[in-house]
Amino acid sequence: MPKTKIYLYTKFERFWHWMQTLLIIMLIITGLEVHGSFSWLGFERAVELHNLFGISWIILLVFIFFWLLTTGEWKQYMPTTKKLFQVARYYMSGIFRGEPHPVQKRKGAKHNPLQRLTYLGLAATILPIQGVTGLLYWTYNSWAEWGLAPYLSLGVVATLHMICAFALLVFLVIHVYMTTTGHTVFAHIAAMFSGWEEIDDEEDVADWEKKRFKGRA
Amino acid sequence: MRKLRIGIGCAVLLVGIAAGAGAVDDPVAKGRQMARQATPAENWATTDHSKHALLQQEFTSGPQVTRACLSCHTEAAAQVHKTIHWTWLDPNADPDLQVGKGGLVVNNFCINIQSNEPRCTSCHAGYGWKDKNFDFSDPSRIDCLVCHEQTGTYKKFPTKAGNPVTEPTKFGGKTFLPPDWARVAQSVGRPGRRNCGTCHFFGGGGDGVKHGDMDSSLMKPNKSLDVHMGVDGQNFSCTRCHTTSVHHIAGRIYSTPAAESRKSLLEDDLMPRIMCESCHSATPHKETKLNDHTDKVACQSCHIPEYARVNPTKMWWDWSKAGLKRDGKPYAVDGPLGKHSYMSKKGEFRWGKNVVPEYYWFNGSINTLTARDMIDPAGPVKVSWPVGSRMDSNARIFPFKVHRGRQPYDKVNKTLLIPYLFGKDQDAYWKGYDWKSSLAAGMKAAGLPFSGEFDFVETEFVYPTTHMVAPKENSLNCSACHSQQSRLANLAGFYMPARDGSSLVDILGWGAVVASLIGVALHGLARLFYRPKRREE
Repeated sequence: MPKTKIYLYTKFERFWHWMQTLLIIMLIITGLEVHGSFSWLGFERAVELHNLFGISWIILLVFIFFWLLTTGEWKQYMPTTKKLFQVARYYMSGIFRGEPHPVQKRKGAKHNPLQRLTYLGLAATILPIQGVTGLLYWTYNSWAEWGLAPYLSLGVVATLHMICAFALLVFLVIHVYMTTTGHTVFAHIAAMFSGWEEIDDEEDVADWEKKRFKGRA
Repeated sequence: MRKLRIGIGCAVLLVGIAAGAGAVDDPVAKGRQMARQATPAENWATTDHSKHALLQQEFTSGPQVTRACLSCHTEAAAQVHKTIHWTWLDPNADPDLQVGKGGLVVNNFCINIQSNEPRCTSCHAGYGWKDKNFDFSDPSRIDCLVCHEQTGTYKKFPTKAGNPVTEPTKFGGKTFLPPDWARVAQSVGRPGRRNCGTCHFFGGGGDGVKHGDMDSSLMKPNKSLDVHMGVDGQNFSCTRCHTTSVHHIAGRIYSTPAAESRKSLLEDDLMPRIMCESCHSATPHKETKLNDHTDKVACQSCHIPEYARVNPTKMWWDWSKAGLKRDGKPYAVDGPLGKHSYMSKKGEFRWGKNVVPEYYWFNGSINTLTARDMIDPAGPVKVSWPVGSRMDSNARIFPFKVHRGRQPYDKVNKTLLIPYLFGKDQDAYWKGYDWKSSLAAGMKAAGLPFSGEFDFVETEFVYPTTHMVAPKENSLNCSACHSQQSRLANLAGFYMPARDGSSLVDILGWGAVVASLIGVALHGLARLFYRPKRREE
């Protein structure tokens, strides 16, 4: 099948992706140390760094959401069941038989239905819970002053934060693995660095997959 | 290019904002400056006692010196008579309950003073408290010198009810000399470390027996042992913190906390300087997260990593083992740390050095049993215990030495028993080695019933650890408490990062991570396995 390269990820998009990668990995490492899973940096240093990375990540999220809203890229995350099962079946069996991916990446259609669901799930549940529980954990000493103390328990906040952390770690494992399922093992990762993704012919992109731009693309 | 610049701009902004969130003002402990202005003695003293004609006479007894003192210091006797240093009773407790070591309060060292007065009262700031008939209202019975003399030559004899000797007398290999009364009387000044330490470093009859944080190593400590008292540092005397008003010395008295509030001198410069906060304030750290702890964790918890860092302190005293003899004679066994591990007179001992404290919620108040209180002989009996809980807003986590041991109790009346230890007759345990007659005599002297049936019960006695504050470099790391091996493992009811967590979440979480790793590994292997076939096609 003829291959063509398209410019799929803009500079800011790639920046926030890799920045977020870095922050989440550092947050998982320092967070597990704060949780007492191991001892490496020392508790104090781990807490300081975790706070620094956590605040940075929340600030980054503000920029990301602003970017998603203003560019209309949020539409890339609208959930759909169309071809969802085909995609799932592809990863379960078709991939081993060398079948083509049922949903090709296209400009204006970066994510397959499975990705859409996963990323929306992260953005709508895990990330906000993680941000809010993280902020609450961080501001524990002000709860009394803010009148929150009677309604909150550090144990519950910390446990929620931990559950989401594990969810993110599981996501990270699978997400990293999924990047190896492109044309070549490093094709998707390379694309996330360069912005250019190599795809098959652009003809068979379904209309519903396309982001609807008003004006420019 | 524009987008790249935006990207870099965002990165700089992120780091900048995040770093800004952590930055704080450097809090200068202004109270410290005020403490320094509480200038040394030479700036306050307006008299030289050696020039007083009244003191240039041939004194022959302590009370004679005391009368000379009181002829100028007209109010001193009335003041001293009200202090716990004189009464050995809790001034804030109901007098009928006789709370205090001069009353019926019990410990797990030599247990109680009743019937043993002449030995115990060698540390009383008085002369002649040899039995219950001591006249507490006699001004001349006050021993001014033990607290105020500055020659270091004045010694009260260990077994003479607070009196010095009148002729050279040997005790435990040391010879005690009669005081040069005129010389010691002329030397008087504000109490120094030696004055306080003579009794308080040797509580329980020996160096470091009772307190884990006070022993003879504090006479001339270096900074690393005590950052305040170190002779190579601030060189504080005891009274620098234990500030005094009309002979009342600041400090905890049984259930009365040393201070009702934790204020700094900036809020009240006339208050006792007994709390760390007096000079350091409640927010002494540059690191704000550390300051977040000061409402729940006492300064001592982190800043006294171990106690008994130079001299050992007694950790265990089992009276039930006492009374063994070799060739019909009492004996002693030398143990580790240069201390006895056994004495026929007292039983079995264990000593500790560099001991990690135990931590409890503490609101400044300690409750202590008296020989009247009922006990439950089943478990270790708390003879004294810190008052406070997590829910008590005045309570903070505080380090303690817990002295454990076994001591006699009445099997019928369920009370702790007072033994008659020190005396010349055969009823005294240290003469006759007979528990029953010793306990009968002790309880009789205390005016308490004894059924005649006794056994030994394990007991605990607590000492707050507040001296031997280490330099800040040696204070505890966060992980001393924030870890799975937390020093605070015994304190429940609150979530502490790194110590606590839901093990269910951990198991399920790691399970999910491992499952996903195995899943992707299998998926990847399957892809490798099928790929050649695909190519062949």
